Amino acid sequence: MIKKALTQIGLYFIMLKDVFSRPTKWRVMKELIFKEIDDLIIGSLGIVSFLSFFVGGVVAIQTALNLTNPLIPKYLIGFATRQSVILEFAPTFISIIMAGKMGSFITSSIGTMRVTEQIDALEVMGINSLNYLVFPKLVAIILYPFVICISMFLGILGGWFGGVMGGFVTSEQFILGLQDTFIPFHIVYALIKTAIFGFLLASIPAFYGYYMKGGALEVGKASTTAFVWTSVAIILTNYILTQLLLSK
Amino acid sequence: MIEVKNIEKSFNGTKVLKGISTVFETGKTNLIIGQSGSGKTVLLKTLLGVHIPDSGTITFDGRDYAKLDKKEKRDLRTEIGMVFQGSALFDSMSVEQNISFPLRMFTNKSSKEIAMRTNEVIERVNLEGANSKKPSEISGGMQKRVAIARAIVNNPKYLFCDEPNSGLDPKTAIVIDNLIQEITHEYQMTTVVNTHDMNSVLEIGEHIVFLKDGVLVWNGNHKEILRTQNEDLVDFVYSSELFKEIRRVSLLMENK
Repeated sequence: MIKKALTQIGLYFIMLKDVFSRPTKWRVMKELIFKEIDDLIIGSLGIVSFLSFFVGGVVAIQTALNLTNPLIPKYLIGFATRQSVILEFAPTFISIIMAGKMGSFITSSIGTMRVTEQIDALEVMGINSLNYLVFPKLVAIILYPFVICISMFLGILGGWFGGVMGGFVTSEQFILGLQDTFIPFHIVYALIKTAIFGFLLASIPAFYGYYMKGGALEVGKASTTAFVWTSVAIILTNYILTQLLLSK
Repeated sequence: MIEVKNIEKSFNGTKVLKGISTVFETGKTNLIIGQSGSGKTVLLKTLLGVHIPDSGTITFDGRDYAKLDKKEKRDLRTEIGMVFQGSALFDSMSVEQNISFPLRMFTNKSSKEIAMRTNEVIERVNLEGANSKKPSEISGGMQKRVAIARAIVNNPKYLFCDEPNSGLDPKTAIVIDNLIQEITHEYQMTTVVNTHDMNSVLEIGEHIVFLKDGVLVWNGNHKEILRTQNEDLVDFVYSSELFKEIRRVSLLMENK
């Protein structure tokens, strides 16, 4: 089992090396990148916005309902919402959801190309199929931190909406909480995490799609496996990065 | 011309190709036939460079594939057109984009020149009106024609077809066979077709290679196959009553 795992990890890094070798013609690559931006980034905005707004709202309401001690100031609702959304919810929780949405799309689209000999067709033509298929995804995912910025904004907006409209906190108190002991590096920390999660989100599902064997059933299995391992990689990386970037 | 000399290939200790030697001539439809497991797909993939032979040589118009460097191999691949069994069309592209793909990838032609050449090939394979359709919106026969058009759009020297008739009705299969033969003569390509369709064998087999258990047991053309006394070949080609009758009548007519 260990041997198999090491082989897979080795194959993953060999894949990454091949992704960056023998580049596809820029004229074609440009079109592919725009298509991937549309599929992966623009196509994710709807679900990310929806989730962020409502989860932000729930975070604010939950915090408010748990602040039963009258000595604790109400502005902490804004503070807790900001911290939860910026530090964990937007970068990590959304990335796990994207591992399901974006990741399964990547695995199934590449896996289907494998099953229907489309990857063989590229190789026979003399095209570096890994560069052609995976590189545009990695470039498109550079925009992923922008998605997370939108998620942060909407999460906090949802928190304000839930807190204020629910009558738990006034708008002024909430905004005071948002501004209280704000550390700009937390945004940097979140964006560093996001950039690394984005790379994992594109490369791990691509790996499972590209190297899958079998038919339609195996495409489904590969998508599930890719989701599991992308989530594991995100959680582990999150732990390591948090330790490295935030501990003193 | 593709010259194959003493090709051997094994997988996990099992010899799949055993000393295959033959010449696939230019301007002819060369057919590889044989039962499932006879090694014909392995031979085709070896010719394509997907499998590396354990021993023997493959030369493309005097160029020994094994001795070419990486760049020369890549250049050679651009001279190859391939029609896959399942067509292998790119789902996300329209018919026109599929056909023009090799031109966009390997040439510096302008968009206008690419469009002109693409339309020329679309007309050649009788696909007018299907330009903007997606592969999923057209029939199996049309998909094969798109695959053929994509394979020939960049004027390849070598055309490989893996079971081009699989899944097609007999009438459409004949259309595809004839199209392959016509473009082979027209473009003076070296065409190698892997098939077990007996109609194809009798219709377009200008040079036929019969494999059995990885061994080349017979070489000839579609006329010679009628008179062959090779038991294995007779057993394979004329296994149905219909083909036995075709053979009997054809021989009778020839003798008259």
